[in-house]
Amino acid sequence: MVDTKTITVTVNGEEYTSTVNVRKNLIDYLREDLGLTGSHVGCEHGVCGACTLDMNGQTVRSCLMLAVQADGTEITTIEGLPSEGVAEELKKSFAKNNALQCGYCTPGMLSSALEYLNNGGKANKEEIRRHISGNYCRCTGYQSIVEAIYDVAENGVSK
Amino acid sequence: MKSSAFQYELPEDLSSALKLLNSEDLDILPLAGGQSLMPMMNFRVAQPDILIDLNKIDSLKNIIIEGNYVRIGSMVRYYELEQSEIIQKHFPLIVHVIPYIAHSAIRNRGTLGGSVSLADPAAEMPSILIALNASIELSSLNSTRSVNAEDFFKGIFETDRKSNELVTSINIPISSTPKKFGFYEVTRRHGDYAIAGSVVTSDGGQDNFHDTRVVLFAVSTKPMRLPKSEAALNGQNFNNQDSISEAIDAVSGNSFERDLHNDEITKETLAKVSLKRAIGGLNG
Amino acid sequence: MTGPKFSFDKPGKYIGQPTERPDTRRLLKGRGKFVDDIQLPRMLHAAFLRSPVAHAKIKSIDTNAAEKIKGVVKILKGTDFVGVVEPYVGVLSHLAGLRSAPQMPLAVDTVRWQGEPVVMVIASSRAIAEDAASEIILDLEDLPAATNAEKALDKDEPIIHSEFDSNLAWERTVDVGNVDEVYARDDVVTVEKQFLFGRHTGVTLEARATIANYDPSENQLDIYYSGQAPHMMQFIYAKHLDMPEENVRVTAHDVGGAFGIKVHTYGDEIATAAAAKLMERPIKFLADRYESFMSDIHARDHVINGKMTVSKDGKILALEYDDLTGIGPFSMYPRTSAIEANQVLNLTGGPYTIPNYRANAKVVFQNKNMMCQYRAVGHPIAMALCDGLLEEAAAAIDMDSVELRKRNLIPDDTYPTTSTTGMKLDDLSHQKALSKLIEMMDYEKLKKENADLKKQGVYRGIGFCSMIEVTNPSPMFYGIGGAPIASQDGATIRLDAGGGIHVASSVTEQGQGTNAVLAQVAADVFGVDMDRVQVTTGDTKTTPYGGGTWASRGAGIGGEAVYLAAEALKDQVLDVAGVMLQSKPEDLNIDNGNVVDHVSKEKRMSLADLARTVYYRGNELPSDMSPELIATRHFRVTDTPFVFTNGAMAAHVELDIETGIVKILNFWAVEDCGRVINPMLVDEQIRGGVVQGIGHALYEECLYSDDGQLLNTTLADYLVPMATEMPEIHVGHIETPTKTSVLGAKGAGEAGTGGAPACIINAVNDILRPLGVTNYQIPMTPNRLLDTLRSAKI
Repeated sequence: MVDTKTITVTVNGEEYTSTVNVRKNLIDYLREDLGLTGSHVGCEHGVCGACTLDMNGQTVRSCLMLAVQADGTEITTIEGLPSEGVAEELKKSFAKNNALQCGYCTPGMLSSALEYLNNGGKANKEEIRRHISGNYCRCTGYQSIVEAIYDVAENGVSK
Repeated sequence: MKSSAFQYELPEDLSSALKLLNSEDLDILPLAGGQSLMPMMNFRVAQPDILIDLNKIDSLKNIIIEGNYVRIGSMVRYYELEQSEIIQKHFPLIVHVIPYIAHSAIRNRGTLGGSVSLADPAAEMPSILIALNASIELSSLNSTRSVNAEDFFKGIFETDRKSNELVTSINIPISSTPKKFGFYEVTRRHGDYAIAGSVVTSDGGQDNFHDTRVVLFAVSTKPMRLPKSEAALNGQNFNNQDSISEAIDAVSGNSFERDLHNDEITKETLAKVSLKRAIGGLNG
Repeated sequence: MTGPKFSFDKPGKYIGQPTERPDTRRLLKGRGKFVDDIQLPRMLHAAFLRSPVAHAKIKSIDTNAAEKIKGVVKILKGTDFVGVVEPYVGVLSHLAGLRSAPQMPLAVDTVRWQGEPVVMVIASSRAIAEDAASEIILDLEDLPAATNAEKALDKDEPIIHSEFDSNLAWERTVDVGNVDEVYARDDVVTVEKQFLFGRHTGVTLEARATIANYDPSENQLDIYYSGQAPHMMQFIYAKHLDMPEENVRVTAHDVGGAFGIKVHTYGDEIATAAAAKLMERPIKFLADRYESFMSDIHARDHVINGKMTVSKDGKILALEYDDLTGIGPFSMYPRTSAIEANQVLNLTGGPYTIPNYRANAKVVFQNKNMMCQYRAVGHPIAMALCDGLLEEAAAAIDMDSVELRKRNLIPDDTYPTTSTTGMKLDDLSHQKALSKLIEMMDYEKLKKENADLKKQGVYRGIGFCSMIEVTNPSPMFYGIGGAPIASQDGATIRLDAGGGIHVASSVTEQGQGTNAVLAQVAADVFGVDMDRVQVTTGDTKTTPYGGGTWASRGAGIGGEAVYLAAEALKDQVLDVAGVMLQSKPEDLNIDNGNVVDHVSKEKRMSLADLARTVYYRGNELPSDMSPELIATRHFRVTDTPFVFTNGAMAAHVELDIETGIVKILNFWAVEDCGRVINPMLVDEQIRGGVVQGIGHALYEECLYSDDGQLLNTTLADYLVPMATEMPEIHVGHIETPTKTSVLGAKGAGEAGTGGAPACIINAVNDILRPLGVTNYQIPMTPNRLLDTLRSAKI
């Protein structure tokens, strides 16, 4: 029986080994232990989507995972998004469309949007809306976010 | 909303997990996808002494054909079900329903076994499994048994699983032609738990209602199978409005459970609407 | 000597443009700085044990087991704050008769709402603090609770404060003209409805968050604040913790949504500061989502009986209503919980000429969570009430409601004027806005489509709202009543040696784009590129003294102060330039970072050269010259208590009559907010506000049991609008600059939230009314609509 465990997690390409309390969840581990405060906590029950990030190529709710469950995984947070390709195009599109106001939902929203685009998501506003319906935004009313994702889906990555 | 303290175990195989579950002194909970248990723990509604993480048990992660059944390991995740060629071929109903379940991040982790063990009355999968005549396989340290899905779900968050058992697989009989199905749920927002929902299945090889199953979800303490509605439909043409009306009328007289926003009358009304629309959408 | 004034005749490089916000760059890289992102050395974490019941006497609090938990540093009860924190009372003198009882940050001997903080646990981690809180034994003696506002003033209802004779906090009546004379006529039509608006809340995605750090060596209190009004909080912390105001520093960096939720005084935050002072260490408190639902202010809980009387040819003759609102057990400090009701009284009917008007508002205490200002305070109620009755009246006299509006909206050419309730109105464009709206939505075509579809059993409706919105308030809003709330704001702009400028402003940013707007104004008016402008907001130590951002005042008031400071700085620069270049300042200008010839635009010298001369080579300047390259200007609205904007909005909805689910097909908003500094940001404020208003109309409600238990405290049970169900929102602009400032900019942040509920409510009733039923119980949930539809003639 253990209440702490030593884990090794690769985050944004960098390997970290630490001993964590087993009850600590993944988002708290990333924010507090690794200082990666780019990902945000919104509800701690998996509904708002603020904590959504990429683990082993898939979006997960990091508030619903224990840090110890991330042992041996590869995680990408907003800080680790590449400065080129789809991710960069998406960020430019977000800025251009003002698809963020306070910026609190943005890390989770980008993660969900990238999942959509990287899995062949089409330039279809209804489909985009459905896909991001697990990410709560209180500021924008969603339209600018949908436009931003739509623009990238339609125009692709500029050369 | 931080969970209370607990000890953590990560068994490598099923028998280690079952051994751990066999203790009587302590409050032990198995952790599958975590998409329902973690919120409960964060709210301190669940406060186990020991958490047993099942995510390393590879033997529970397969989807295979075993004779006349598809055997879905309990730790198979929703997204895996959706992408599985076996499921797509034999149970298009499951593939149809999965996009209604929450959102992709939840489906990337949530497991079928976890959903089945939780038995949230508003969940879709328990009713789908009843409509497909599935069985739930349960294992404890010393025994394995199988319970028909209809007998497994007993009440709100209540199943036939004993605390020293784990759901190990969900077994669904294969039909020569996949079942025809109709599915409709009423939600206020995409991805929400339904306010009311209905699933109808019928023998895929027949051109009228045959071997019909009608199951309602989200309107009572557990999935509600409607034998009277099934009887009204069986043998009838898919478009026979009289039998459809009879099937819908048979929704009345059952016991409906209100929720925070919807009273019993609304539940009954919406149950009827969802059944009507499920039948109307039957892929016949 | 003064240089040329900035001209609005030609398009600015930034003013009027949809400029991208510089703030988005770091937010998109995950480099936001929200309160929880900050770690301080030796920082501790707080959790609160909150009252589990609505009303009870505290008999004892046993913390023995809790104290023994490893990692627990201190446990504080309400009594520990007595003598440490000065109690606060949420009253203002200009709301005559408003009363409330003194409030302490933690309950002392009585708990008065479920969720009121009772015990504070300070520990090495939040998790441990929560462990300890769960071990505290609270012995309470239940008291009868007042939880039904409609019964609050009944004789046998429990009185929450024994020093008062009733649960009445405030009452006000407005009586203009003579409504009874109108009722006595036999050639008029009166419609009457009861409106039930459900209590709901803001649900900022970043919940409330505070770090308080006290340094005893300097008697310095630093507050890291997720909120809107740092100077107000500086005053409040200083006053209630007995410190000199200048020894308190409040800083707000990134704020993850505020919407008025974060402009109030919360006991748990005051306790955090008081505890930091007692313990001389930083303490962090984050409200989690559960306690956010229980303790963030709620809003908009109203029962209104209203009636409107019109002549048969469509003139509104009278409007009468009584409004009952149930707040918490205290009026919130310092803005009071009476302002929402006061706004309803002041603003209902504001767009229209209504000669006779009688209204009464009662604000009553309840043993429920505190209630106070939330985005568009009172407007959603006022607009839904008036335009709801208006559409009922239109139907009653068989007139299109747009036509009825046209006949009654204050004409565009009659300003300045005063509304029936005494609001000073100027620079509005109701008629023009309505015309533009009708054109944008192709109203006649939609009406015909709806009629055709109805024959096929598809039920669609259209609902409108013409509205006014309070923006750019003067001291008449709060300051006049004694509140430590500034309604003037300032900007300091400093030119650095490298030619860039620093703008420090007392308004604040929560994502609406305040920083960008201020930079746009400074860049254009002073004459530099926007990427040479650094903006500082949200720091009481380094910005001028001001009010922060609320009531849609950032652009109008903060922007004006920047405008004036930029002009003043330009004058300073051109004064020096005139001497250095031997030209007259009025023949020079600044453009693109250079001093130029005003007429020919020829570059005369760079700003950097000028600045370096002033700062480093003062020997080159005449010795009787003391140049400075830093200017501060403050601005307040003086001509009028509020600068009103106007809007015309419409919703097109479809009702599934079998399920009671409303689908919003389209939404249009025409907004006149004066000069638009950044149209993209205004559009986005409207859109975000509309979606919040949709939440109000269809989804959001704080549900209480009869004994005062809040039943929905999770995001699964409290429904907020998500992307799939929201419509595209089409925004149109009219710009009638306000004469109260040079910039002419009014506010735009709240209009969407103020007008959208009325449109949705009216659109649904547009469907229901021909079926012989209506529903004015908000939110219009499927349960309520199905209940209504059961009596419908379909």
